[in-house]
Amino acid sequence: MVERKSASLAEAYSQALVELGERDPTVVALDADTSGARAGAAFEKRFPDRFWDLGMMESTLMTIASGLALGGRTVYASTIAVFAAGAAYDAVRQSVCYNRANVKIVATHGGLLVGGDGATRQMLEDIALMRSLPGMTVIVPGDAPTARTAVLDIASFDGPAYVRLTRENLPVLTDGTFTLGHAAQLREGSDLTIVAIGAMLARALDVAEELHQAGVEARVLDFASIKPADEKTLIQAARDTGAILTMEEHNVLTGLGTLVASATATTQPVPVRQVGVPDLFGESGDPWKLLDHYGLSQKHALDEAWGLLKLRGKVS
Amino acid sequence: MSESGVPPATVAELQTAARQIRQDVIRMTYHAGSGHPGGNLSVADLITALVFHELRLDPEHPDWPDRDRLVLSKGHAAPALYSALAHRGFFDPSSLLTLREIGSPLQGIVDRRKLPGVEASTGGPGQGLGMAVGIALDARLAKRPSRVYAIVGDGECESGLTWEALLAGGRYGLDNLVVFVDRNDPDPDRGTGNRMGLEPLADKLRAFRYDTLEIDGHQFPAIFEGLARARATKGRPSAIIARTVKGKGVSFMENQDAWHARPPNREEAERALAELGGRP
Ligand SMILES: Cc1ncc(C[n+]2csc(CCOP(=O)(O)OP(=O)(O)O)c2C)c(N)n1
Repeated sequence: MVERKSASLAEAYSQALVELGERDPTVVALDADTSGARAGAAFEKRFPDRFWDLGMMESTLMTIASGLALGGRTVYASTIAVFAAGAAYDAVRQSVCYNRANVKIVATHGGLLVGGDGATRQMLEDIALMRSLPGMTVIVPGDAPTARTAVLDIASFDGPAYVRLTRENLPVLTDGTFTLGHAAQLREGSDLTIVAIGAMLARALDVAEELHQAGVEARVLDFASIKPADEKTLIQAARDTGAILTMEEHNVLTGLGTLVASATATTQPVPVRQVGVPDLFGESGDPWKLLDHYGLSQKHALDEAWGLLKLRGKVS
Repeated sequence: MSESGVPPATVAELQTAARQIRQDVIRMTYHAGSGHPGGNLSVADLITALVFHELRLDPEHPDWPDRDRLVLSKGHAAPALYSALAHRGFFDPSSLLTLREIGSPLQGIVDRRKLPGVEASTGGPGQGLGMAVGIALDARLAKRPSRVYAIVGDGECESGLTWEALLAGGRYGLDNLVVFVDRNDPDPDRGTGNRMGLEPLADKLRAFRYDTLEIDGHQFPAIFEGLARARATKGRPSAIIARTVKGKGVSFMENQDAWHARPPNREEAERALAELGGRP
């Protein structure tokens, strides 16, 4: 496995937010109490009168954010993913999306990697919930540089966005050249395509490296831009490689895997296999061990990759 | 007998039990490497009073229909409840150190489907209280003698759901419902989840039709007086604002926000246990 430097996505957000504040006086920010881990703390320090900490009122966070946005501001609202997309869902749906308010929701603590707090804090359905909302942009960065670029980019359009971050530091894999609506190719290959998001992106690259050692070349796509989705690149990958493996820290019924399968089915159907969380709630545990426990291990991904290659007759 | 009708010998026993719970909270959060020491230490006396004295429970038959219910709406006080349930005989205390481990029924936040004695899987602020209202309605409808005790955090009272549930409990005149507020963060400029300032909290609860009392949440006689008054109240629910100290019992954790959600390291755990009269 390659040694890589790790960095915090929440910290990248925190710094990008201050940058935005410097650039644009209409940018304001709100947090709902995230127990000392408040992403907006640096912004609050720099722009105290453009920041509000609403406490544990996640639905009200979204309604107030919307009101601020309707007045012409660019509003960044941040809280823990399970509350941003779950507890506050109806407020996001109605006050933010139906109103088409210019609210950028930055959700910290996505996925199983929350660890010890267990199921009630581990958001595994947010891609489904947020992607289903008309007008919503959805981004799941796979590293801190991408998180930074994404947070800056979404300020450039008028409309809602949801960015899912991870609590654990993640390996730095890119230089942050993220483009909305574009799937970045991190590795070339023509035997198989691996499409991955978030914490699974590093694992995808590790799987591709292992396959390379065995003489198989896998293409790796960073699918941080979930919505809008880069269907063209997916269909091209299906055509070039004939099989796709998806890797995500989300319920497999409603996440990246189903997106990829439905996007390719219409024009270039190929076998798609998913590595992700089965239709289960999470539980308490060491964050990285939980990933393995729920079938998101590198080994399991590798088994699925070999399964696909056999299916396509590329190995015997 | 004290005024509360609880003999001094019992009070002494309960103090010992509460000390045991506080020691367990330290050991468990240290061992798990995560958790919420501050808000567990603040409710240790309330949980002790309820689990060891007030509640009619049968550890041999945890689903006995007529039992009283404790709904821990501030579900992150799980370690304190687990310790109380274990020492009350619901399960073997030797499993306490599995807190937050994969496969353990001792989830970081209470889970009723994993551990007997836990009445409701809570965690989302105000949701446990709403469930408690439902449980109390159900008991009344079924003419069961069960009484329902909910413990909510003061930060939790920022959530609109809490007030919706309180409204319902008052509207339905649930005199089998007692709501404890663990008032451990009275300062709106500090503390976790109390940015909006709740005072005058007692007036608010009275306006929501609760028979409301403020007590020292670390004094057993005061807790039992409150419980006795609640039992005697007819036609409406009771609210007991328990003034407590976050981190109570460990000098360097008391009233320190930093200990809301940070576990002690080895040296801190040893110091805390020494203060609590326990062995590491
Ligand atoms: C909807 C929601 N927002 C944020 C959190 C994160 N959180 C966990 S405990 C807590 C503080 C709760 O304060 P309080 O109810 O007073 O508990 P205590 O201070 O007694 O531990 C917060 C903000 C949460 N659990 N749920």
